[in-house]
Amino acid sequence: MRSKTDIQPGEAKNTTPVSVAVPRPPTAAQNQTERRDTPVCLEVKNLNLYYGDKQALHDINMQIPERKVTAFIGPSGCGKSTLLRCFNRMNDLVDGVRIEGHILLDGADIHAPSVDVASLRRHVGMVFQKPNPFPKSIYENVAYGLRLKGPQPRRELDERVERALKSAALWDEVKDRLDDSAMGLSGGQQQRLVIARAVAVEPSVILLDEPASALDPISTLKIEELIYELKADYTILIVTHNMQQAARVSDYTAFMYLGELVEFDNTDQLFTNPRHKQTEDYITGRYG
Amino acid sequence: MSPEQGNFRTWWRSGAPWIWLNAGAVAISLVVVVGLLALIAARGLAHFWPQDILQITYRTSVETTEVVIGQLAGTEEVTPERFAESAGTPAPTGLESIERWLVKVGNRDRLPADFRWLNHHQIESISTPTELVRVERTEWGDFYGTLSAVLEEGRLVAEGAAAWAALQPRIDRVKTLREQARELQRGAIGRINHQLEGLRLERRSLELKDKATPEALADIELREQQLADEYAVLQQELNALYAAIDRDIILMDTAHSEGVRVPLSHVVEATQPNALSTIEKLGRYFHNIWTFVSTEPREANTEGGVFPAIFGTVMMVLLMSVMVTPFGVIAAVYLREYARQGAVIRLIRIAVNNLAGVPSIVYGVFGLGFFVYLIGGTVDEALFPEALPAPTFGTPGILWASMTLAILTVPVVIVSTEEGLSRIPRAVREGSLALGATKFETLWKVVLPMASPSIMTGVILAIARAAGEVAPLMLVGVVKLAPELPFDGNFPYLHLDRKFMHLGFHIYDVGFQSPNVEAARPLVYATAFLLVAVIIVLNLTVILMRNHLREKYRALEN
Repeated sequence: MRSKTDIQPGEAKNTTPVSVAVPRPPTAAQNQTERRDTPVCLEVKNLNLYYGDKQALHDINMQIPERKVTAFIGPSGCGKSTLLRCFNRMNDLVDGVRIEGHILLDGADIHAPSVDVASLRRHVGMVFQKPNPFPKSIYENVAYGLRLKGPQPRRELDERVERALKSAALWDEVKDRLDDSAMGLSGGQQQRLVIARAVAVEPSVILLDEPASALDPISTLKIEELIYELKADYTILIVTHNMQQAARVSDYTAFMYLGELVEFDNTDQLFTNPRHKQTEDYITGRYG
Repeated sequence: MSPEQGNFRTWWRSGAPWIWLNAGAVAISLVVVVGLLALIAARGLAHFWPQDILQITYRTSVETTEVVIGQLAGTEEVTPERFAESAGTPAPTGLESIERWLVKVGNRDRLPADFRWLNHHQIESISTPTELVRVERTEWGDFYGTLSAVLEEGRLVAEGAAAWAALQPRIDRVKTLREQARELQRGAIGRINHQLEGLRLERRSLELKDKATPEALADIELREQQLADEYAVLQQELNALYAAIDRDIILMDTAHSEGVRVPLSHVVEATQPNALSTIEKLGRYFHNIWTFVSTEPREANTEGGVFPAIFGTVMMVLLMSVMVTPFGVIAAVYLREYARQGAVIRLIRIAVNNLAGVPSIVYGVFGLGFFVYLIGGTVDEALFPEALPAPTFGTPGILWASMTLAILTVPVVIVSTEEGLSRIPRAVREGSLALGATKFETLWKVVLPMASPSIMTGVILAIARAAGEVAPLMLVGVVKLAPELPFDGNFPYLHLDRKFMHLGFHIYDVGFQSPNVEAARPLVYATAFLLVAVIIVLNLTVILMRNHLREKYRALEN
């Protein structure tokens, strides 16, 4: 472990903008303005990730604020999906992955030996690039995560399924066919169903890995509206290739390049006045 | 390059010869399969058609003729040389080939053989008188002749033309009585025997445990006495039934003698095929098929039906499926999901695949040594010491046969389950894990249900292989004639220790171990057809289940 960057949410509140302790490495986000005002949900400290011998993430340091949308942008292969998958330890499933550094969820290290991965994943939900509903009924898809906690009274289950579907803006479209197979839904509906499924277990963080890249423009718009609404209750991390989308939905944006966090700032700032040339080149379309 | 060469090249490059080759291979396979099925179906099913009874005037020498009564069973053409060789007499001149008829003349108790070869050129005339009767008997095979009289307790009841009308109700009566006697034997008397055997074992068990107190023994004796009393009453009842069955006798005239006494107690059925219309014959045809599949064999399996063999085959296959499916699935889940993929697992996988290629008789020997003698013998010593030295499970039986076939077929289940597991998209697994499910929950709730069509495919292949297997079964439980079905009304209803009959072995037994080859031949075809039908029905059932599951778990195809 090389260094510690102890930026506590409480401490951050009292400090003036710009003058906060600078996270290492110098290429990482330096401009941390209003972000200080909201409590920190996830904190990444000196995170390095290796696939075998190949290093995929280089010394990432960042603080992700609570109940905001944070977007990760960057060219393909820059490690943004890998980073996202660190937050619910999905990388554990990949052979040969080694992780150094810390990720703190509400102050607690998610890699601590006492942490139960399954319960971590209940706190940090995830939605994947391609809609992946289970080949079960719509109802059973949403109830799946709830049933994992053991048998539930039917009435309570019904209520929570309805609430989850409503918060994913899908209820009106499917309320009359909850027992139909989820495979019969359109791609956009399936993706919202998967979001409802993630929301149903009441996580505090939702990770979205390019959630709209496989969808048509109208479905994409619906997902974006949904993200905007979900932000009131959840901390949302979204990986996207689409810079317009990042600009539309997110409060903060992180630009990554070749496994490094180049710049992390509030979205307006990053898109209008990027600090780094690499960021500027990327958002103006010079590469990526 | 000449234009012809160019054409050939174009033709070659178009892939047309390749398509012809493919289509040809498929066509040949189809012809072979359809031809085989058609052959066994035609030969097997034709046997049940009520053929006319022929009355043949046959010239045995220049001045003598004899009358032969029987049904045509087959014809063949032989060369004069072969004819002279086999008949021992010089062939008649002026014939290029000689046609011979095989006629079933029945009456095995009175004639030297119940099949006879007749030379076609010696046949003077053929007629089909309607009054000719074929009597199917429980002993000595069929009887052909004309009915002359019906006797009841030695008194004449009907004679001549009236006799036929008087016969049918009496046959039905005998059939009912025989049914009652059978019921009594199998039901009440069978139960008493079962209980007596239980008491004998109880006494032996008490002796072995040194608990044979006089009171306990007296109690057993008392209960034995009660059963013996009950038995005596039932035996009387049974004797009365047998006496009633023996009441009637018919007199029949044959080509050689008159007034042959045929006790009705031996008669299963009497028909006048020559008097039947086509519709009636069709009715009889289906009746005969039903009799074949629903009754028990008689006369060293050459007559009667094959019901116990069908029952044994189906039950053995079902038991096998129940055992092989969970075993194969569990093994495949470990190999694919939990084991670290490496050299060892690859080696195991190769070994599993090779297991499918081991000759089945080897499995039979293994089953006999391992299941029957080792496990069965141990089970007997531990659980049934009172029955020893008579083995209970330490002898071939349906349980061991099913287990032997289960290990014979487990490779196909493992292979197809693994294939199914590897086809489940990673996205679905991750979706489940991301919701906080453990690996086990993901497997159990999402992956295995989605892999169930592949598991079913494995079961289909296993059934197809197991139902057609005969060689290992001969060592671990199949017998020529099983006195009892492995399932009956006596506690514990399912008798896994019993031996059983099997259609595949039945084919071998009837075809090659039978004393009466000519009578057995059509039965071989019929049994083979039935075995194929049973396998098709079993497979279709599982295929329908699989298609249902496929529809349900149609995975993410986009």
